[in-house]
Amino acid sequence: MWIAELPSFIYFYLGALLLPLLRGWGRNLVLLAIPLVSGFFLWQLPEGEHWQVTLLGFELTPFYTDRLSVLFGYVFHIAAFIAIVYALHVRDLLQQVASLMYAGSALGAVFSGDLISLFVFWEMLAVTSVFLVFARRTERAYRSGMRYLMIQVMSGLLLLVGVILYVQASGSLRFDFIGLEHVGTAGLASWLIFIAIGIKCAFPFLHTWLTDAYPESTPTGTIFLSAFTTKVAVYALARGYPGTELLIYIGAVMTCFPIFYAVIENDLRRVLAYSLINQVGFMVVGIGIGTALAVNGAVAHAFNDVIFKGLLFMSMGAVLHMTGKINGSELGGLYKSMPKTTILCIVGAASISAFPLFSGFVSKSMVMTAALNNGYNVIWLMLLFASAGVFHHAGIKIPYFAFFAHDSGIRTSEPPTNMLIAMTIAAVLCVAIGVYPEMVYSLLPHDVDYTPYDTTHVLAQLQLLFFSALAFVWLNQRGLYPPELPSVNLDVEWFYRRLLPRLFEFIMGLFWSLNEVLRQTIKRFLSALGNHIHTHSGPQGILAKTWPTGRVVFWVAMILAAFLILSLY
Amino acid sequence: MMNSDSPGFFDKPANVKRVLRVFYACCALLLIMDVVIHRHVVHPWETLIGFYPLYGFLGCVVLVLLAKVMRKVLMRDEDFYDHQPRVVDLVTDKKDGAESEASDVDR
Repeated sequence: MWIAELPSFIYFYLGALLLPLLRGWGRNLVLLAIPLVSGFFLWQLPEGEHWQVTLLGFELTPFYTDRLSVLFGYVFHIAAFIAIVYALHVRDLLQQVASLMYAGSALGAVFSGDLISLFVFWEMLAVTSVFLVFARRTERAYRSGMRYLMIQVMSGLLLLVGVILYVQASGSLRFDFIGLEHVGTAGLASWLIFIAIGIKCAFPFLHTWLTDAYPESTPTGTIFLSAFTTKVAVYALARGYPGTELLIYIGAVMTCFPIFYAVIENDLRRVLAYSLINQVGFMVVGIGIGTALAVNGAVAHAFNDVIFKGLLFMSMGAVLHMTGKINGSELGGLYKSMPKTTILCIVGAASISAFPLFSGFVSKSMVMTAALNNGYNVIWLMLLFASAGVFHHAGIKIPYFAFFAHDSGIRTSEPPTNMLIAMTIAAVLCVAIGVYPEMVYSLLPHDVDYTPYDTTHVLAQLQLLFFSALAFVWLNQRGLYPPELPSVNLDVEWFYRRLLPRLFEFIMGLFWSLNEVLRQTIKRFLSALGNHIHTHSGPQGILAKTWPTGRVVFWVAMILAAFLILSLY
Repeated sequence: MMNSDSPGFFDKPANVKRVLRVFYACCALLLIMDVVIHRHVVHPWETLIGFYPLYGFLGCVVLVLLAKVMRKVLMRDEDFYDHQPRVVDLVTDKKDGAESEASDVDR
């Protein structure tokens, strides 16, 4: 094995080790070079197993490539490069090391040929990414990061137990199709692995780590976060559970419920976090349907989503970086001072909304078509509703409340050049893939015979989007659109952020009041005892009285007399 | 780059009106195209004239109105989660005032 066949994660991990030794331009050069070099070697690499090691009697394949994993490998390299350019102005070793390690772990996870390697990188993803949340260096981010870490580690533990049971039952370490059809131990194992992936994939009720932690990260950290963890989970589902019908329903719920939250959420990066779940929902539906077209659509959408969601997070990060504000209620009118950022944000918004000629359109329509072709009519309607909804909150709300709406009076300037360059790269990719979808189609795991650009599709999509926008305009002009308000909206996290602490408080309260009652009772008993002793033995007590000598002599004489009388008989 | 302090393009109501008028024209055009263009459809509902426009419009109106109802149930103050009991405060006897101190640390 020579340098060109090194697993991708090695470049990133070695780079992370190198960073503390370098400063200024040297460090930036290494940061930029790593995804380029690693990506180049990956591009040159033929498919197959590239590295095998035997550890404790287990045959591990930490570097296995096929069409599916290579596609994720490419997009992770692109995302890492864009995010590194975006963060080039940051002088924070913690963030730089954490982001390289995190990107490397994501690459390690998608190239894991066996379940044990997968578990190792699964945990590495959690422990490296949490530092991007901590890096905000506020009490709020610290608490959020701890919650994030706990949930991620829980996912890792479930995966570990699932893997151990699965390997015992099936005798194979290979990470390949698992499915939920097993019975007995293997059945339990497959469910545990499924739930572990589900946590990272932000399934409904397991999603709040994402909407909690991502908006608390630094402006640059969120770009890394949004790219990797959920997409690794999507990859794991596509490899382990394609065609699992349950995923269709889970995915459909994921597309629909977050858009309601997104409409009323004030923190614009949290709006994007909700819309991230919505987009992952489309991928999960595609994997659940499991046909060649559907899986292709799902992974193509993952590819595009990494780029356009990154672009949207970058534009909001730029707003946060320049103004220090991210709440919709405090922003508005920024198009005057940040015109370039505004245009780049609108490109991202058009892509996520799946406007024709933008990247979202060429992949999302594959999943929708697959749902319709396979007779999932209700699911199709839900996806259609979610498509309109995502345009509503991510396509219109984000640019509108940040850059237009009422003038907030904030006057700032464009973000640093490196941020603008990173956003421009992402925006160019969004349009390029939209105009020339073969760029992504040629990488897809199955052969595709799909043309997104026919009159029917384009017209239907344009109608859907324009009339969704019309609804926004109408509601806004009627004053029916909910204003941006500083608020917190209760989500599933309420259970562990409010109910559990309150329950703990209640139980502790009970314990302490019981403690108080016991203390009082014992105290009262002791003081009663003291009083009792005092009455008999105190200065006035009968037992403490001093007797005159004469009376004692009398009583002694009486006792002696009694003995005398007794001795006579 | 335009001067930040001069009134922007959208500060003039006439401009906003102009943009909206173009937008309405696009909507009308798309609706008319529904009749003009022959479409190959998979689902019977797709054949209904104006299915996609109507679905998009109604979908979004329902979305926003439902979200407004959700707000009534789910919306709390911005610092809702910041009033957390701390174990330290619970274990020591100073139960009163513990909450306000916790929020001081958070903010």
